[in-house]
Amino acid sequence: MSLNTLPDAEAQCAALAELIRPHLLPETRLVGIHSGGVWIARRLCQLLGLPEEIGMIDVSFYRDDFGEKGLHPQIRPTSIPFDVDGRPLILVDDVLYTGRTTRAAINELFDYGRPASVKLAVLADRGGRELPISAEFCPWQVDLDKKEELVLETSASGQLQWRRANHA
Amino acid sequence: MRNPQLNANGELNHLLSIDGLPREVLTHILDTASSFLEVSDRDVKKVPLLRGKSVFNVFFENSTRTRTTFEIAAKRLSADVINLDVQRSSTSKGETLLDTVDNLVSMHADMFVVRHASSGAPYLIAEHLHRTGRDDVHVVNAGDGRHAHPTQGLLDMYTIRHFKKDFSNLTVAVVGDILHSRVARSDIQALGTLGAAEIRAIGPQTLLPTAIERMGVRVFHDMREGLKGCDVVIMLRLQNERMNGALLPSAGEYFKCYGLTPEVLALAKPDAIVMHPGPMNRGVEIHSEVADGPQAVILSQVTFGIAVRMAVMSILAGN
Repeated sequence: MSLNTLPDAEAQCAALAELIRPHLLPETRLVGIHSGGVWIARRLCQLLGLPEEIGMIDVSFYRDDFGEKGLHPQIRPTSIPFDVDGRPLILVDDVLYTGRTTRAAINELFDYGRPASVKLAVLADRGGRELPISAEFCPWQVDLDKKEELVLETSASGQLQWRRANHA
Repeated sequence: MRNPQLNANGELNHLLSIDGLPREVLTHILDTASSFLEVSDRDVKKVPLLRGKSVFNVFFENSTRTRTTFEIAAKRLSADVINLDVQRSSTSKGETLLDTVDNLVSMHADMFVVRHASSGAPYLIAEHLHRTGRDDVHVVNAGDGRHAHPTQGLLDMYTIRHFKKDFSNLTVAVVGDILHSRVARSDIQALGTLGAAEIRAIGPQTLLPTAIERMGVRVFHDMREGLKGCDVVIMLRLQNERMNGALLPSAGEYFKCYGLTPEVLALAKPDAIVMHPGPMNRGVEIHSEVADGPQAVILSQVTFGIAVRMAVMSILAGN
């Protein structure tokens, strides 16, 4: 399908928060995947009244395409400011596509300890999975062509917004 | 002319020297290293980036410390590390350097970390790999003769950036035996590329290379004069064999003129940091009170060194 009008990403964050709310435990923490996932996790924290400390993951060191693509030119440090052992975690990303980023993030999380559970929350599920991974919490399902790309950005005023791009 | 360190796409294929590397390449390595720093604080101090790769530490000259930090860095990237004490094996049996390399390539080496007493040995290996069509095998120079020690230069830059943030208004002094020091050359080149405001070389005439001014440094023979207003003081190790040779009267006199004591350090800026590549000679180039004092960042250099070497190895392996 083609997307002429893109949904309001901020409203989707609010919808995502409501999907998550019934499943929150007192010790639940969010872990955002750089960059989009971190932005969304910050929004969710406010909306859900969770402690401000969120985990941030850059999966560059765990990607399965390192052999083909090499190291990502810009890597941000991973930071998990809480104890992972025995804790319920919600992994947050902007777009769920092949599932490879999620796989890398789960592997990385387990190098910090053994969480009680890991659930996945995304703003958009665009189909095209290559691994047995699905999102527990997702307000928007959309089928996109391989050529199409969905990018989450922050506007000049700091609002989250979607942009559509086409691969060459 | 082809830059032997870069591949056809201008990406880093070998790390042989700081000389000839653009600022963006240096900055990229330092930025990447800051992400690796956190890996060493985890429960599981390992990322799977170089899983299944074989890194050969080929040391034709002794160095426990440098070899160990490269080994730790490679292991934290999940590579298999093979340490070769070539000095005591192949070479002593008469095998040439390039024959040793060919043998190791046949054992499916992915990367060589090379230390050699002869300047240019890692370059010779890299050129040989290029000629034999093995550009997929990477070379890291871990110190060659008096030429270069690029990972030490990079970790020194990482340390300076960590404590001082910006190079553009820094005055940095390199003190001691610059003539024989590959660390000094790599540091001076890196500081120049990264845009340090002023680089000073402090040492006796006999331990400074001729025409060192051409590297863009100000020369001082008087340590007190040279340290005035410095933000960073990099002390160099005075090697044992120099202490009583023709170049110096004695270790005692050297310490008197060029040893870093608390009194001399007080001439630098109050927040100046003191660095040393190790191993230190207490009482020869540095006073214990300074080495253990609040301005010394010598042990931070060691920690940062592992992250910087992880960054170098993973950037090379990915290109």
